[in-house]
Order: sequence, then structure tokens, then C-alpha cells
Amino acid sequence: MLETLELYLQYPFVIHALIVGVLIALCSSLLGVTLVLKRFSLIGDGLAHVAFGALAVATVLNFANKMLLTLPITIICAVLILRGGQRAKIKGDAVIAMISVGSLAFGYLIMNLFAASANLSGDVCSTLFGSTSILTLTEEEVWLSVGLSILMVAAFVLFYHKIFAVTFDEDFARAAGLSVDFYNLLISVVIAVIIVLSMNLVGSLLISAFIIFPALSAMKLFKTFRAVTLCSVALSVVCAFAGIIASILAGTPVGSTIVAVDALAFGVCLLLGGSSS
Amino acid sequence: MISCQNVALGYGARVVVEDLSFTVDAGDYLCVVGENGAGKSTLVKTLLGLQKPLRGKISLDGITAGDIGYLPQQTQIQKDFPASVEEIVLSGCLARKKFLPFYSAEDKATSARHMELLKIKSLARRCFRELSGGQQQRVLLARALCAAKKILLLDEPIAGLDPEAAADMYKIISELNRRGTTIIMISHDVDEAVKYATHILRLGDKIFFGTSEDFRHA
Ligand SMILES: Nc1ncnc2c1ncn2[C@@H]1O[C@H](COP(=O)(O)OP(=O)(O)OP(=O)(O)O)[C@@H](O)[C@H]1O
Ligand SMILES: [Mg+2]
Repeated sequence: MLETLELYLQYPFVIHALIVGVLIALCSSLLGVTLVLKRFSLIGDGLAHVAFGALAVATVLNFANKMLLTLPITIICAVLILRGGQRAKIKGDAVIAMISVGSLAFGYLIMNLFAASANLSGDVCSTLFGSTSILTLTEEEVWLSVGLSILMVAAFVLFYHKIFAVTFDEDFARAAGLSVDFYNLLISVVIAVIIVLSMNLVGSLLISAFIIFPALSAMKLFKTFRAVTLCSVALSVVCAFAGIIASILAGTPVGSTIVAVDALAFGVCLLLGGSSS
Repeated sequence: MISCQNVALGYGARVVVEDLSFTVDAGDYLCVVGENGAGKSTLVKTLLGLQKPLRGKISLDGITAGDIGYLPQQTQIQKDFPASVEEIVLSGCLARKKFLPFYSAEDKATSARHMELLKIKSLARRCFRELSGGQQQRVLLARALCAAKKILLLDEPIAGLDPEAAADMYKIISELNRRGTTIIMISHDVDEAVKYATHILRLGDKIFFGTSEDFRHA
């Protein structure tokens, strides 16, 4: 088994997949705690389905770079969901469910009606559950994700205390003169970007797991915001790493394997947290 | 410092308080009384700018958001929020840091001082959600004190405190007031309110605004 691993690690594409996978896990877990606490656990799900719908439209319209359409549409929906969820008469989770199911159906419908590809169910399946494109990353793409991740981590560190205040008590933060709307906007844009970028890795059905599992696991173990954040990042990174290695060795799909490892880690945290308290 | 002229407060089409006029000067200690649902919390939220008055004008002179400490009546803080007491009290210092990303040693000293004052120093590392209601109230008060540079808005600060803690609370608030902090406090304890406050505002069917001296005679 170790020999197989050694053999695989000689290929640059495996190294690339590891780097990008771990970075995506890192970034999605940073905001995971905030989203779970703001009761937006399923935003990942909703947005990923939006991205799926947008991707279907982009495919049908024959866009060379599909990101040009998916990214803006997903960002707009993220803003709408986070906004609408706070003020409006429709509750946050209902908005998410509506947008999510709607765009999933719409996307599939469009693909079905107009797609030229012969392998329709294969296409749909890889968008939903992640494709193998993580294994065909170019060097530029790897550098791009390294750069974006550094930017993301830096922004998170700089705004950490404000994100805490806005997550903990929005009214107090607003009374203290923080521009709560700006931070909410920032959070939704960033989450949309992460989702669109990581769709290739885990696919749109599984992306939520990336955001929720590490945060929930960490919340079982720790009781301060800082400890929970750090722990969820660490967990997410370790699980992604282990998941990718396992998927290479066992020849299983990357996304589902990572999620399985995340779920396993959650189970362990549940047991640990249960016995300590 | 604060002046309201013929203001109407409420939510959407629903008017809660009509034709309200009063002023608060620097150094005043205003106590707002009135029965449940009279619109006391609504008034405080409107003063803070969390919602807009339906009619009329509220002007805040010489105070910006960074000068206000606020204690909400109930917060929608979720039961499972992982946050230590220290993290929460420190977040009161955020109001003053517009662009600085981290807390300074001075902020930490300020928050330590207020935790000392409210006797929650020993709870600093505890998890907020595992505290009793009264302890949580003190934590939120310490946070409000950290944020209050010029004015403190307290929505029922003594609700849930034991009698000793309530007495302490009144002392701390009037001490702050003596040192120049303007206080606007909502309370159901009219007797105590009249004892400490300089002005009284009563909301309800018959709105009253005046000094506590006048209120006692009325
Ligand atoms: N978010 C809201 N939307 C609509 N109406 C509201 C809202 N919050 C409060 N109200 C209504 O406004 C009125 C005043 O509420 P408010 O919370 O200001 O009362 P209060 O004086 O603070 O009462 P209490 O002593 O119970 O704290 C109530 O009749 C209440 O039903
Ligand atoms: Mg009230």
C-alpha cells in the first residue's frame, strides 16, 4: 500500500490535487463556524445548486469559461439569501430551500432539453458529486488557489474580531457602529467564491459537508470561539488530506471520500465531547 | 445631547408610541418606565438607530456609534454559541476600533477592569452558554460598559439579578453617572428609579417627561 502511495506521490498531478484540496478545505472551514452559528448551514447546499443551474446554462450557451457565468450568478444569490434571511418575511432556511431546489430542477431541465452531449447522466453526475478535474489541474490553477487562499486567510485574520461580533450579536454590533451589512455582504461573497471554486473537487451535492462537518465537530469539543475556529480549520485540513490519500489508494471518488472522513471525524468528536462533559 | 420632537415609534403600520418629545443632556440619568409593551425597548432601539422612527425627528448631538454602550433586553444569542466570557466582554471594545484589526493592551485592561467591577473575573474563561441567567446578564453589562464612552443605554439591566447584585448594579451605574457618563435606563422598579435618576420618562397612555422631583409630586 505504501508503495502504491509512493508511486502516486511522484506524479505532480497528485501533489497538485493534494495542495488544492487542502486549501479548499481550509477556506471553507474558516467561514463554516460563522455560517453554522448564523443558522445558514445549508447555504452551501443552496449556492452549490445555484452554481449547478448556472453551469447548465453556461454549458448550453457554449461558454468557453463557464466560471464567467457561474461566479456572478452564485454571488448574487448568496447576497439575496443572506439578506432575505435576515429581514424578510420568509425565513432563511425556507429561502435557501426554495432557491436550491428551484435551481437544481431548472439546471437539470435545461441540460436535458438542450445538451448536445451524449453522456448526459455522466455530466450531471459529475457536476453533482464532483468530477475528476481535480486530478487534471494545471500549475497556474494551483498557484491561483494558493494566492486566493492566502488572501482569504489574511482577510479572515484581519476581520476576525468583527466577524465574531457580527456573528454573536448583530444588534450590539450595529449599535457599536460596525457596518454589519458590509460584513454580511463580505461573508456571502466569499462563501459564493469558495463554493464555485470547490465545486470541481466535491461536486455541488457534497459541498455543504465541507462547510458544516468541521464546524460541528469542533463545537462538540471546544467552547470558545477561537478554539472552535482553529479546531475546525485543523480538522478540515487533516480530513481533506486523509480523504484524498485514501481515495487515491482505494480508487474511490475524491469528494465522497473526503466527506466520509469528515463524518467519521464528527463521530469521534461526538464521542469525545460526550464523555468529557 | 439627544432630542426627540413629536416622534412616533412603531413597526411598519403599527404605531406603538405617538407624539413623544423629550431631551437628554450630557450627564443626565434618565429612567424610562412603563408597563409591558409600552414601547420602552422600541424607544431604545430607535435611539440606537436599529430602526427608524415612523414620524418626527431624533437628533443625536456629539455622539457617534463608538461612544454608546448598549445592553439589550433579550438578545437572540443562540443557546449553542461557543464563546468565552472574555471574548464577549472584549467585543465591547470594538466600537472604538474602526480600522484596527486587533485588541490593544489598553482594551484588555479596560475589559479586565469591568469584569472585576461586575465580579465576573473568575468566569473569564468559562463558556457563556453555560452560565446562569444572572451571570449572563453581568457579562453583557460588562460588554456594554466597555463600549460606553459617553452614554450607556440599558434595557432592564437588573432583570434576573439577585437583590445584592441589583443593589451593586445601581451603585455602579450611578457612580458611572457621577463620573460623567450619560445614562438611559429602562426599569420596572419605579421606586429605585426615582431614587437614582435625574429624569423620568413614562411611556403608556399618559406620557410623562420631567425631573424625578416632579415625577414624585405628580
Ligand atoms: N419586531 C416587532 N414587530 C412588530 N411589533 C413589535 C416588535 N417588537 C415589539 N413589537 C410590539 O411593540 C410594542 C412595544 O414593544 P416593546 O418591546 O417596546 O415593549 P416594552 O415596553 O419594552 O415592554 P417590556 O416591559 O415587556 O420589555 C408591543 O406591543 C409589541 O407587541
Ligand atoms: Mg422591553
